[in-house]
Amino acid sequence: MLPEIGHFALILALTLALAQGVFPLLGAARGDPAWMRVARTTALGQFLFIALAFGALVNAFVSNDFSVLYVASNSNSSLPLQYRIAATWGGHEGSMLLWVLILAGWTVAVSRFSRHLPEDFVARVLGVLGLVSAGFLAFLLFTSNPFLRLMPAPADGRSLNPLLQDIGMVLHPPMLYMGYVGFSVAFAFAIAALLSGRLDAAWARWSRPWTTLAWAFLSLGVALGSLWAYYELGWGGWWFWDPVENASFIPWLVGTALIHSLAVTERRGAFKGWTVLLAIFTFSLSLVGTFLVRSGVLTSVHAFATDPARGSFVLVFLGVVVGGALLLFASRAHRIGLGGRFDPVSRESMLLLNNVMLAVAAGSVLLGTLYPLVLDALAAGKISVGRPYFEAVFIPLMAPAMFLIGVGPMAHWKKTSLPDLAIRLRWAFAVGLVTALLVPFAMGGWSTPVSLGILLAAWIVTSSLAGLLERLRQSRHSMGILAGLRSNSRSYYGMLLAHIGIAVFIAGATLVRGYETDKEVRMSVGDSVEVGGYSFRLDRIFEVPGPNYIAQRGEVSVSRNGRAVTTMYPEKRNYGEQKNPMTEAAIDWGFVRDLYVSFGERLDPTTWAVRIYHKPFVEFIWVGWLLMALGGLLAVFDRRYRIAAREPQPAPAPAMLQFDAGVAGAR
Amino acid sequence: MKTQFASRTALERAQRALRMLLAAALLALVPIAGSAKTALPLAADPALELRMMNLAEVLRCLVCQNQSLAESNAELAVDLRNEIREQMRRGASDQDVVDYLVARYGDFVLYRPPLKGSTLLLWSGPGILLLFGIGLLTRTIVRRRGLMQKAPLDAAARARAQELLGVSGAKESS
Repeated sequence: MLPEIGHFALILALTLALAQGVFPLLGAARGDPAWMRVARTTALGQFLFIALAFGALVNAFVSNDFSVLYVASNSNSSLPLQYRIAATWGGHEGSMLLWVLILAGWTVAVSRFSRHLPEDFVARVLGVLGLVSAGFLAFLLFTSNPFLRLMPAPADGRSLNPLLQDIGMVLHPPMLYMGYVGFSVAFAFAIAALLSGRLDAAWARWSRPWTTLAWAFLSLGVALGSLWAYYELGWGGWWFWDPVENASFIPWLVGTALIHSLAVTERRGAFKGWTVLLAIFTFSLSLVGTFLVRSGVLTSVHAFATDPARGSFVLVFLGVVVGGALLLFASRAHRIGLGGRFDPVSRESMLLLNNVMLAVAAGSVLLGTLYPLVLDALAAGKISVGRPYFEAVFIPLMAPAMFLIGVGPMAHWKKTSLPDLAIRLRWAFAVGLVTALLVPFAMGGWSTPVSLGILLAAWIVTSSLAGLLERLRQSRHSMGILAGLRSNSRSYYGMLLAHIGIAVFIAGATLVRGYETDKEVRMSVGDSVEVGGYSFRLDRIFEVPGPNYIAQRGEVSVSRNGRAVTTMYPEKRNYGEQKNPMTEAAIDWGFVRDLYVSFGERLDPTTWAVRIYHKPFVEFIWVGWLLMALGGLLAVFDRRYRIAAREPQPAPAPAMLQFDAGVAGAR
Repeated sequence: MKTQFASRTALERAQRALRMLLAAALLALVPIAGSAKTALPLAADPALELRMMNLAEVLRCLVCQNQSLAESNAELAVDLRNEIREQMRRGASDQDVVDYLVARYGDFVLYRPPLKGSTLLLWSGPGILLLFGIGLLTRTIVRRRGLMQKAPLDAAARARAQELLGVSGAKESS
């Protein structure tokens, strides 16, 4: 019964989404407040019905209702409760339902926290979100209904892929979707701005916290995915340039460009057209990501679905969204205007250069991801594009952008002087250079790539600190250091934190690449091996029953210079229904190094192939991403967005900017 | 740059492996009291193994879902690793091994696609994008600069606009 209620709830949600998409947009166009007010009510209603449907599906999983086809194919009764809940989004249908749930959640949040915005603008934003939601709900109901029954019901279900039975599965997809879907809000704001002709600094200020929030979630999602792959896949890598990883990384890159471009639009009124385009592209690339993962065009660990109907639906939907948005953009482009003026050497132009680099990098990753598919579709041969290609292309493109992180925030708006910048940054550069020269030796041997990576990382940190010091020095005359620190905005500290996060990430990625050591050995009980200055001894192997598997668990005691460090327990798990045993690596997490022990094959009854890694500073990679996400969050809570919330302001800026636009247009 | 990087770490690893072997050899000379013994490398020849794995990292496991030959434990991957090892032992260079695999499985086995007609756009694409981006950037900046210099001169347009806004020109000039 409950699954049918869930199904009906989805149908009702679709009708509400259509109402939310149609009436507010028409109402805003006709200036009819009653029609505009439909938006908030339908948004809430839609959310409640989708939540009901989602609850019904979760309940089917929790109560092991195998008469539901989707439950039977993704869960079984021996699965522990938390993974039964996570199995809700372990397959295609459920993850789409999670997607629309999150979209409805963002929509309600926007309707709730946008009371200070003009009513017609909110109506348009919610209307666009309603249309997007209607598209996805139709996709669910017509091609991927999770509530289909299976008669007669099997006694037990197929299991969730053991790789997915992990806390990562509980956290990673919701976080990633929060980011993906969050960009639909940026998209809706952009479309609403185009529709209403309000492409101005005020629009940028309204849109900015939402965009930054989505970006922070996406950062967390990407980082969690990488961390999960690192500890679960058992070969110790943290990024594989897998098409599915790229599908989340490309929107991240364009989203990063977008939050920087929005900064210029808010502060200086410039790049309006570019910002709108980026907002459209970020969301479109999130849809492309969905298409890639969900249509089954990829063969990779993440692609669960293979059904052409789904692929074509998403492709058509993508065409409508991108095509419609770009047509609208083209029809309004002449009215956008240029906004604030700036010199070739200014903070604006540096941010523009950063945008170009990020966009080119995103385009290149997209090219490398799609190229083999296109070639295959054209029957022009099968090729593989992997790590060697992406690293050869991505690193040289990103390195200059990373260098700019140090310069851009120190540059003045409108016009800045290069010699002046050089003087202000000379100490930062000197310290960075010395660090880059010393670190490789401290780590155990010169390596040019490592030194270059460390130079970038150190440069970002020192130049960020130089910027902070400069601000403090300027304010010191009037107040103390604490007051000086407090006088900077949260978004400034958010930016610092995110930039330092990039530096930490670069340092981690560089050091682990340069100084990682590993050994693959055959071990019987009593054997020991030395890796990275640590001695690993296999003390015993014993069998441990898990909730739905049997594990061979090894006990490995680790010592350094004769002193015990830790005991590690790598496992090899046999899930009954799976032929191959799964590797569960043991990791001793540490700030400056990870020790990573992973069982390979059993060579004979008492001997195992064991792979042991010493990974210096590998955790800096995820700490860096976490700092980026935290920086984003800090910026979202900047006071000025709340001040705007308290006093609805007519904003004097737009009038002037429109005047500018008019003059520009007249020429 | 990348290959340099790889070979350097490879060298380091090889040196370390050699040191370990020396240490192991020395240990073998000393009569060992306890039962603890040093685990033997899985591979008979660690230096060769390292070379094999470095190559296998940029080759695709053909039956896997986007895993390299080095990462995969699929039967085919194990067989191919044995094949590569065997060929290397017989003195084949990395290029010989790659040629052999490409002849057998096609370009699909290479994670670094070869430069040829069908991949021309793949390899030149990033460069083209970059040139296009820089071109667009330069155009935008030059256009802005023109605006910056022209703006104060265009008094007529300004006066007309101010007239429309109801601001008197006299006030403006004072």
